[in-house]
Amino acid sequence: MLGFLSGSLVGFARLLVGLQELALFSARVFRSCFRGPFYLRDMYEQAYVAGVGSLHLALISSFFAGQALGLQFARQLSETGTVTLLGSLMSIAVVRALGPDLIGLVVAARLASGYTAEIGAMKSANQIDALVAFGTDPVKKLVVPRVVALFFMLPLLVILGDAVAMVGGAIMAKYVAHISLNLYWSQVSRSMVFGTILIGLVKPAVFALLISLIGCWKGFTSSGGTRGVGRSTTESVTIVSVMLLITDFMLTRVLFALLHW
Amino acid sequence: MIRFDHVHYSIGGRKILEDISFEVQKGTTKIILGPSGIGKSTALRLILGLVRPDSGDIRIDGQSVVTADREALNAIRQDIGMVFQDGALFDSLTVGENVGYWRIENSDQSEEEIEAIVREKLTVVGLDPELIDSMPDELSIGMQRRVAIARALASGHPKIILYDEPTTGLDPNSLELVTDAILRLRDMGMTSIVVTHQLPDALKVGSDYLFLFDRTVHFEGDARALATSDDPTLRQFLDPFRKSLADAADTFGLVSSGSDTRARTP
Repeated sequence: MLGFLSGSLVGFARLLVGLQELALFSARVFRSCFRGPFYLRDMYEQAYVAGVGSLHLALISSFFAGQALGLQFARQLSETGTVTLLGSLMSIAVVRALGPDLIGLVVAARLASGYTAEIGAMKSANQIDALVAFGTDPVKKLVVPRVVALFFMLPLLVILGDAVAMVGGAIMAKYVAHISLNLYWSQVSRSMVFGTILIGLVKPAVFALLISLIGCWKGFTSSGGTRGVGRSTTESVTIVSVMLLITDFMLTRVLFALLHW
Repeated sequence: MIRFDHVHYSIGGRKILEDISFEVQKGTTKIILGPSGIGKSTALRLILGLVRPDSGDIRIDGQSVVTADREALNAIRQDIGMVFQDGALFDSLTVGENVGYWRIENSDQSEEEIEAIVREKLTVVGLDPELIDSMPDELSIGMQRRVAIARALASGHPKIILYDEPTTGLDPNSLELVTDAILRLRDMGMTSIVVTHQLPDALKVGSDYLFLFDRTVHFEGDARALATSDDPTLRQFLDPFRKSLADAADTFGLVSSGSDTRARTP
């Protein structure tokens, strides 16, 4: 019993220390975002990696998730005779929840691990020290471009993913729910109110910060050679995924309160 | 001149270096010897200001690295070129971008000017300048080390070069080429510190030697003093290199007999 308690306390203390480190790292990154030099070429490259590189994953997963969701809703609504609400329900579910969460998790799996592995490998090979020795701030050179690039690219990916998920839903509306596409799309557009769009854009922007900051932080704090980089990469994806879902709930509560919903 | 003045350094309460004091005179090559994990590379990191000592001072041409702010430290670093262990080349950049990295990031020079400097530095270390567009992973390990030396030379205005295990893991041919590059820079008047546990290479390039053991400076002196030292710990460390020492003893006018190397009487 005592062993369990002391183990839990140690675990909790480690969690607090980790959160404190992450907060300090994030503060340093935000300060660096507004102070030169700005590595625009690196930013452009990272935007390409994050945006174009994740596009196919975002579109494929959104298309099938949209169809799955449309199928579920169509069956359920048919039973209650409210199938005409399919478009409305789809747009709320996709834009407010499914799109940001799904694409956030897909991008997290791809990029958080990539950031951690890349920076961790650089640290392990003394390349971070080499940057410092050449007068380059590694946070400005490696972290800021990734954070800024993903901050803009993830909402864009979510917008495109949402659109494709709606198309998936439209296929279900036509062939499963047997409602006209005009009705479906008019329901979709009617539900696109300011609050829904705000939630749909704020969430991916916050998720982008979580993915890039935690991914880079785990890279900078990795130690123990290639094995340590591997361990940090796994931890990075796990932490980001859990944090994403926790943040999703908290953000929804906050935004609902702000919107008086 | 580089001067360590009673430097203490520890990580997480574990003492790494204790009361380290030594000097490296201008134009000389100091060899830091010692077993693996004894803090040799840490000494170089301290000089570059990558880590700060717990106490003591490190001065480069009179300027303290310990008390320097970031701007002053970057100015001091422009006088220092560092060849990291395993080269530490940026693997996403070409050889040319690696060698010219400091100038691309910190100078107003044109691409043509930087390329000319890169080609010149590659030639200095005995590499074909046409390798400029190659990626580091296309080169042999020996070539990568020489690119790292060229990068150190092209960064800032180096008067000092720090080498961290420059010959470890190299085949005999590459080893000779890297050693030649270090010798060439020594002959050009560069002040250097070479961290190594490979005595044969050290004897080729060193002006004087420092042996780190048990967190402190256990020995400091020239090749003659190194070869004739009666210190049992140093002799135990040098034992595997008996033949190299005997050769060095001949070079420096010493008489060797088996593992025992003594000063020749006139």
